[in-house]
Amino acid sequence: MNPFADTVQSLREAFHSGKTRPAEFRAAQLEGLNRFLKENRDSLLAALAQDLRKPPFESEISEISICQSEINLALNSLHSWMKDEHVSKNLATQLDSAFIRKEPYGVVLIIAPWNYPLNLMLVPLVGAIAAGNCVVLKPSEMSSSVEKVIGEVLPRYLDKNCFAVVLGGPQETSALLENRFDYIFFTGNTTVGRIVMAAASQHLTPITLELGGKNPCYVDDNCDLQNVANRVAWFRFFNAGQTCVAPDYVLCSPEMREKLLPALQHAVTQFYGKDPQSSPDLARIISPKHFLRVRGLLGSGRVAFGGQSDEQERYIAPTVLVDVKETDPVMQEEIFGPILPILTVSGVEEAIAFIRKREKPLALYAFSNDSKVVHQMLDQTSSGGFCGNDGFMHLTLTTLPFGGVGNSGMGTYHGKFSFDTFSHQRGCLLRSAGLEKFNSLRYPPYAQRNLGLLLSLVEVGRKSQCARPFWMAPRWVRFETTPSWEAFD
Amino acid sequence: MEQRVLRVRAAFQTGRSRPLTFRLQQLRALQRMVQECQKEILAALADDLHKSEFNAYSQEVINVLGELDHVIEKLPEWVAPEPAKKTILTLMDEAYIHSEPLGVVLIIGAWNYPFVLNIQPLVGAIAAGNAVIVKPSELSERTAMLLAKIIPQYLDKELYCVINGGIEETTELLKQRFDHILYTGSTGVGKIVMEAAAKHLTPVTLELGGKSPCYIDKDCNLDVACRRITWGKYMNCGQTCIAPDYILCEPSLQGQIVEKIKETVKEFYGEEIKQSPDYERIINLRHFKRVTNLLEGQKIAFGGETDEATRFIAPTVLTDVNPNSKVMQEEIFGPVLPIMPVKNADEAIQFINQREKPLALYVFSNNNKLIKRMIEETSSGGVTGNDVIMHFTLNSLPFGGVGNSGMGAYHGKHSFDTFSHHRSCLIKSLRMEGANKLRYPPNSQSKVDWANFFLLKRFNRGKIGIFLLAFLGILVAVTMKLQSF
Repeated sequence: MNPFADTVQSLREAFHSGKTRPAEFRAAQLEGLNRFLKENRDSLLAALAQDLRKPPFESEISEISICQSEINLALNSLHSWMKDEHVSKNLATQLDSAFIRKEPYGVVLIIAPWNYPLNLMLVPLVGAIAAGNCVVLKPSEMSSSVEKVIGEVLPRYLDKNCFAVVLGGPQETSALLENRFDYIFFTGNTTVGRIVMAAASQHLTPITLELGGKNPCYVDDNCDLQNVANRVAWFRFFNAGQTCVAPDYVLCSPEMREKLLPALQHAVTQFYGKDPQSSPDLARIISPKHFLRVRGLLGSGRVAFGGQSDEQERYIAPTVLVDVKETDPVMQEEIFGPILPILTVSGVEEAIAFIRKREKPLALYAFSNDSKVVHQMLDQTSSGGFCGNDGFMHLTLTTLPFGGVGNSGMGTYHGKFSFDTFSHQRGCLLRSAGLEKFNSLRYPPYAQRNLGLLLSLVEVGRKSQCARPFWMAPRWVRFETTPSWEAFD
Repeated sequence: MEQRVLRVRAAFQTGRSRPLTFRLQQLRALQRMVQECQKEILAALADDLHKSEFNAYSQEVINVLGELDHVIEKLPEWVAPEPAKKTILTLMDEAYIHSEPLGVVLIIGAWNYPFVLNIQPLVGAIAAGNAVIVKPSELSERTAMLLAKIIPQYLDKELYCVINGGIEETTELLKQRFDHILYTGSTGVGKIVMEAAAKHLTPVTLELGGKSPCYIDKDCNLDVACRRITWGKYMNCGQTCIAPDYILCEPSLQGQIVEKIKETVKEFYGEEIKQSPDYERIINLRHFKRVTNLLEGQKIAFGGETDEATRFIAPTVLTDVNPNSKVMQEEIFGPVLPIMPVKNADEAIQFINQREKPLALYVFSNNNKLIKRMIEETSSGGVTGNDVIMHFTLNSLPFGGVGNSGMGAYHGKHSFDTFSHHRSCLIKSLRMEGANKLRYPPNSQSKVDWANFFLLKRFNRGKIGIFLLAFLGILVAVTMKLQSF
């Protein structure tokens, strides 16, 4: 039973009709997305509030604004992104046309998660549209209010033949993955990432996986305490901790920890007041299942402050845990909640060793006034992205590729990287039918040709700056005489 | 097997493969290896594929040397962090893309060009700072054994190693965890490699194959076209992933094409093709039988002679081929060239689009518009217009497939990018917290409005807008700072 075969097939036919190729069509779809955001802003804010109790400020800056920015960037840059990219040529191809043609793959599947259900659906979609593909969108059923808007309202703004929204849970997603797509873009957890890649391998479908991990946050002794506390707290508790690039745990010295605790407490009080549960600026956990999961992690180590929870509201207080061991549950999985464990290390070397033992995270943070320490952290670790002295600001720059490495994912996007992700880079070489004499050096029979001649011609090529003559520089280049056809007979 | 891979990983963890000087040193050592062991390399290729010295050099060795030259020259540029354009909020920060090695790379080579298809990826993987395991194809046995012998003599033994073996060993190898796998080979095995990679979330580059179509337009220099096609098709006895697999042309051209190819074959290989030192043989009996079977029931315009003892198949052309026949169902990978008549370019495009995306597309025409149209309306890994094979030799072009012909690309800088992780880095200062106050709760409508004002990019048309915004930004930051007192 393949309930989505027809949908995929009709999108494929639409793609083959060539409809999505002209820049005008792509721009029109992007303008459609633009209008979707503008005309439905209030209902989107309401849906995000409904699903995650996301404060309007957070919704604006992390969902609506980011999408808007990407749409604008794509509209501004579409023509330059679509242009053929001419490449440097060697001696043999000097008179030819050599370029990289950016082509759409065909029918793309975008699977979005529930934590930033608008952003993580629309930003990849912008790239897929800009690149000229048809798209099947699969929003997460867990953020059901946003899913409703995407399912019912979004299609009105896009070409019905080229875009489809598929709704459902894990079963529907599995059925969807049985179909052949030309590209799959998945944002979610590592376990499902493996399933998606295995499914993609059956059809040799290229993929981008935006996964997760435990993002370490190293706080050096030499730093501006309150500023660090503000930044770490804000990025940790944003969206109630449900952010794939949130600082997951802190590594610092025992002395630093003593100073950091009151500073973090101060930040939390400043941000959310004495009773964070009544602050309108703190989100909630997405579902009962995740609430229980995150609440269970509170048992690790000791609660330094926070720790309150309310099952009815799915509220968990901004919490800091201390005396946490590596083997504790809170260190075994990505927290994805408003809990910040602090582990102590003797210094930056031990922190680096700790980080390197573990899977490569999606993001890595290092706070220090000493830029040497920041760079040491950067040089001796690996992660999807890195930010020194702040939280996930690096993903707001559309000029930086956003993606993971190792278990945190493969591939990147944002800005032009999205366009490139959803495009096949086709190498094209257009030669002329003339100048066949030059080619004749490559034809058999080789008996009369001297291998030595070939070798010496190549040597000339190596010394010269501009070219590697794969098909041999003509004799006149070597001896600086006028070309003579006899040389090739 | 697990131990061997873990040893290579341990070597990578020491960080030895990362410094630029080390990478350059290894690449230069590889250069020396190719130069000093050239005789042995050419002999191994001759043994495996009946390849003449000249062919072995010009098809394989020269590409490797060219790649090494290019990479050694450009590597310092490539490893340098690439600065990224910043926004107003990040104007005072450092933002750049830092290229890092992935870790342990596995390269699985194919048997048809056993030297270049193992070594060219190796060059890129070393250049990107990785440790590498090379698994040459067991079908090209002499070359595989040679690589296992000479690579450890020139390169760091712990970081770069060759593992030989057959299907069993490869399966064991694929169970291990790698940080990138580059596989060159068939579509069927490509799926197996990707499936194995999925278990470890290992990114893959798959260089597969397909039936690369070659369209010959009425309006073209037929002499030149046929010479070039003959060269590309029968090179390595047709065992080239980007060989023109079949020809599409109008029926009226068939006869001429057959004649010209026949003439060219005679010119290249002489009357007694078997005696020509420049004509290769089929790799083994299984493939020999496979290719021979494709001739069944076909109209052989010329060629068709085979000799099982030497695995010789003559350069062959088939005419009026039926699209449903066996020879049109699989990648031929042999010296058999079917000509499929089509009414016109439209029908050719339709035919191509009904089938899997090939690794290469070839079009011969004097009419540039036609060539452009064929490119626009089809898809393929790469394209060469008015010639064949050549896009492979320009390493500024990414070489790779699409759809069933593969994913990812390499050659030149594209190799470096394939085997690197491009890590975004943003370095801020702990000072200037004032500007950050805009983002912290408690929130208010005015903060939302300011957020929108700053983050919406469309304002940035025109330099005045930027300066105005920068000025306003500083003003806001200062105001916030003052308000906090």
